[in-house]
Amino acid sequence: MRVSAKTEEDMQVISVLDARIDAAVALAFKDAMRSQTENGPPTVVLDLQNVDFIDSSGLGAIVATMKHLAPARRLVLAGLTPAVDKVFRLTRMDSVFSVFSSLDDALAAQRA
Amino acid sequence: MAVREALGGFIACLEPLALDIEEISTVELVLAEALNNIVEHAYPAEQEDRPICISCTHRRDGLHVTVSDKGTAMPDGQTPVGMAQDVDVDLMDMPEGGFGWFLIKDLAKDVRYRRECDENKLDLRLAVAVQRAGQISI
Repeated sequence: MRVSAKTEEDMQVISVLDARIDAAVALAFKDAMRSQTENGPPTVVLDLQNVDFIDSSGLGAIVATMKHLAPARRLVLAGLTPAVDKVFRLTRMDSVFSVFSSLDDALAAQRA
Repeated sequence: MAVREALGGFIACLEPLALDIEEISTVELVLAEALNNIVEHAYPAEQEDRPICISCTHRRDGLHVTVSDKGTAMPDGQTPVGMAQDVDVDLMDMPEGGFGWFLIKDLAKDVRYRRECDENKLDLRLAVAVQRAGQISI
C-alpha cells in the first residue's frame, strides 16, 4: 500500500497512491495509516482522489483508522471518486465522516 | 489478489455491453463482496485449490450472474439477511465490518442461494445494460 504524507501547520495530509483499497490490502492500509499518523497533528486528511475502487473491507479499514486516531485526533476524507462515494453513501458512512469533494476544499475548511 | 484478477477478467468480458462507469462500479462491488465472502468464509485459508466459477448471461432485464464454489455451505442454508449497519452509535462502537451482504442485497436484484451437488451457488441479477423495448440485442 503506497501512501504519501505531508504535514501542514496543524494538519496532516495522507494521500493514497494506489487505485484500490480492497480486501487484498485492507490490513496493509491500516498498518500504513498507523505508522504514518504516529505523533501527528490533531487533524488527519485522507486524500482519496487516486482511489477508484473500495470494497467493504477497505471501508472497514478506514473506519478502524478513524477509531484508532480518536479521541484526540479526527480523520477527514477528501477527493472521493464516484465509486468510493457510492460505498460511503450506501452504508451511510458519509454521515459519520466529514467528507470534502476535493483536497483543497478540505484544507480550506480546516483553516477557516 | 486472486479476487482482483478474477474481477478484472470478469469486467473485461463485459466490454461488448458498453456499460457506463456507474454500472461497472456496481458490478465490480457486488462481485467483489461475493468473492471475498467465499475466500474468507467458504474455504479454509490453508486449502490450496479454492475454485470459484462465475457465469453470466445478459438478458433484457440485466446481467444474470451465478457464482459457484465448492466450499462449506452457508449456515442455516441461507445467506445472511444483510441488514444495514447502524451508524448512529458512539464513534468507538462504529462497525468495521458486516457491510458486505448489505451491499450485495442493496445493489443486486433477485439474490438467491442454493446448495447443489456439494456446491454453493449464488444467483443474482444486476440491472445494468437493461434493454428497452425494440433495442437490438448484442
